[in-house]
Amino acid sequence: MKLNKIFKNILLVVFAGIMLSACATKKVTNQMQGDVYTGKDTVEYLASGVPDRVFFATNESVLTTASRETLRKQAGWLRKNSKINVVLEGHADERGTREYNLALGERRANAAKDYLMTYGISGNRISVISYGKERPVDSGSNPLAWSKNRRSVTVKAN
Amino acid sequence: MKKTKLYILAVLFIMIPKTSFGLIEVDITRGNLNPLPIAVSPLFVESKSVKEFQNLLKKENIGEDISSVVENNLKSSGLFNPLKKEAFLQKPDIAHLKPRFEDWSLIKAQALITGEVKFENDKLRVEFRLWDVLAGKEMMALAFTTVPDNWRRVGHIITDKVYQRLTGEKGYFDTRIIYVSEEGPKTKRVKKLAIMDQDGYNTKYLTLGNELVLTPRFNPTNQMVTYLSYFKNLPRVYLLDIETGVQEVVGDFPGMTFAPRFSPDGKKIIMSFAKDGNSEIYTMDLENRIVEKITNHPSIDTSPSFSPDGKYICFNSDRSGYQQIYVMKSDGSKVKRISFGNGLYGTPVWSPRGDLIAFTKLHKGKFYIGVMRVDGSGERLLTENYYQEAPSWSPNGRVLIFYRETKSDSEGKGFSAKLWSIDLTGYNERLVDTKTDASDPSWSSLLSE
Repeated sequence: MKLNKIFKNILLVVFAGIMLSACATKKVTNQMQGDVYTGKDTVEYLASGVPDRVFFATNESVLTTASRETLRKQAGWLRKNSKINVVLEGHADERGTREYNLALGERRANAAKDYLMTYGISGNRISVISYGKERPVDSGSNPLAWSKNRRSVTVKAN
Repeated sequence: MKKTKLYILAVLFIMIPKTSFGLIEVDITRGNLNPLPIAVSPLFVESKSVKEFQNLLKKENIGEDISSVVENNLKSSGLFNPLKKEAFLQKPDIAHLKPRFEDWSLIKAQALITGEVKFENDKLRVEFRLWDVLAGKEMMALAFTTVPDNWRRVGHIITDKVYQRLTGEKGYFDTRIIYVSEEGPKTKRVKKLAIMDQDGYNTKYLTLGNELVLTPRFNPTNQMVTYLSYFKNLPRVYLLDIETGVQEVVGDFPGMTFAPRFSPDGKKIIMSFAKDGNSEIYTMDLENRIVEKITNHPSIDTSPSFSPDGKYICFNSDRSGYQQIYVMKSDGSKVKRISFGNGLYGTPVWSPRGDLIAFTKLHKGKFYIGVMRVDGSGERLLTENYYQEAPSWSPNGRVLIFYRETKSDSEGKGFSAKLWSIDLTGYNERLVDTKTDASDPSWSSLLSE
């Protein structure tokens, strides 16, 4: 009994610790949520209200809620403009080895491609290219600059 | 594949075998805090040859120039301390015939290099000797002939022979580095393939900078290079013949190929192919063009590097969730993770001696170059910095060259990319001179073997 109680307390403490550390990393500023860029600084528009890019967390290729919303807008725009093809350009920040970042950029661009396809855009209209860390938009060496560089950008191909 | 073209025409003049009993030895397995004092006497230029070399090479005293190549090499190894020439008491020609050992030991030299250069049948002929000053004995004598334009290589070959005689291991001085030359702002960096001698001389550019190029690597005979080019905006692995300039795409892949390296026999290229968000490792046989898929896993598998016997491959994978180093048999079987320390691991590269794997490690915002044994034990971090990666081994497996980037401010100012080298001991970290910013270095094998 006693042991069980101690065990429970330990679990509680550990759990609280995890919660705290999770909170510590999920810092929300006006331009970043966690370390995903949420600002508008570098964003361009494919059409009015259709942002051209989505952003990723460090080492991640998971689409955030905001990214999915952006991609749904892109899918809507692509459905209306069925003659337009796009290139998805995947990028990584400068804090990773060059070769791994090439693969990571490709994975990010494909995450965006898959999402566009689930919203009815044919894979034939989408090509993918990774630039790894070779083409940053922000040349600063700081977390905000890196968050702007971890991106997949949808570019008109024709 | 062609055999290495040897520039040295006639080799080996006299080589007196001697027991190394009691003679100088340099231990290269530890950081050397007391480099061996060595005197490099300027090579004596035979009087009839002086004019010829002046006309041909525009050098007043080619003997002095060659000996400074030797001195710089010896100094950069960190194992030797070349003494100042002003202190030398004996003239080069006399010293080469019969050194007065008392004079050389007076200036604290423990070893002495002497020599003579001649212009003979349109060729440069050099002969040199290595002396043990304290024992009062000749340790080595060697002569060879080459085309006069190759005079810097003469200095590198002399250094390799002296290094080998004194350390018992092959040198790494008659070698080249291929790398990516970088210019311009970070957001619009212009990159070219460049090649230079190991000491930073004779830089040549192999591409013009019209397209992005990355990660060049030599084949075992140093005549071919495999690299990644964004030619026509299609990132693909290319093969370039350095002498003819002929380039070709490696394989016919419907997507990005990257991270190429040659197999140790030079017959295959191993690389990654990315498709649908998944990068796998492939090989392509350069003779019969057969492509083989080596890995099969829905994660990123990249940065492959063969063991020197060709039986194993180390590579980088995030199948555990994060970048780690794995080893497998060359057919892709028996995949085993070997990196288990804190942090992320990338760019594994197998040592030419076979016993170690060098890597890049990212831990708590710092980047490290390190080595571990091939089973993952004995991890040793050699250098820590803000950003550095992509080690490449010297052909004797004693030195690593890599690139390092500096932090930039919010405007991108302060950024630089440079090549650095460090001994396996963790000592003797040095900036490698390049004409421009530089990254992705790859060390050739010895050219004169």
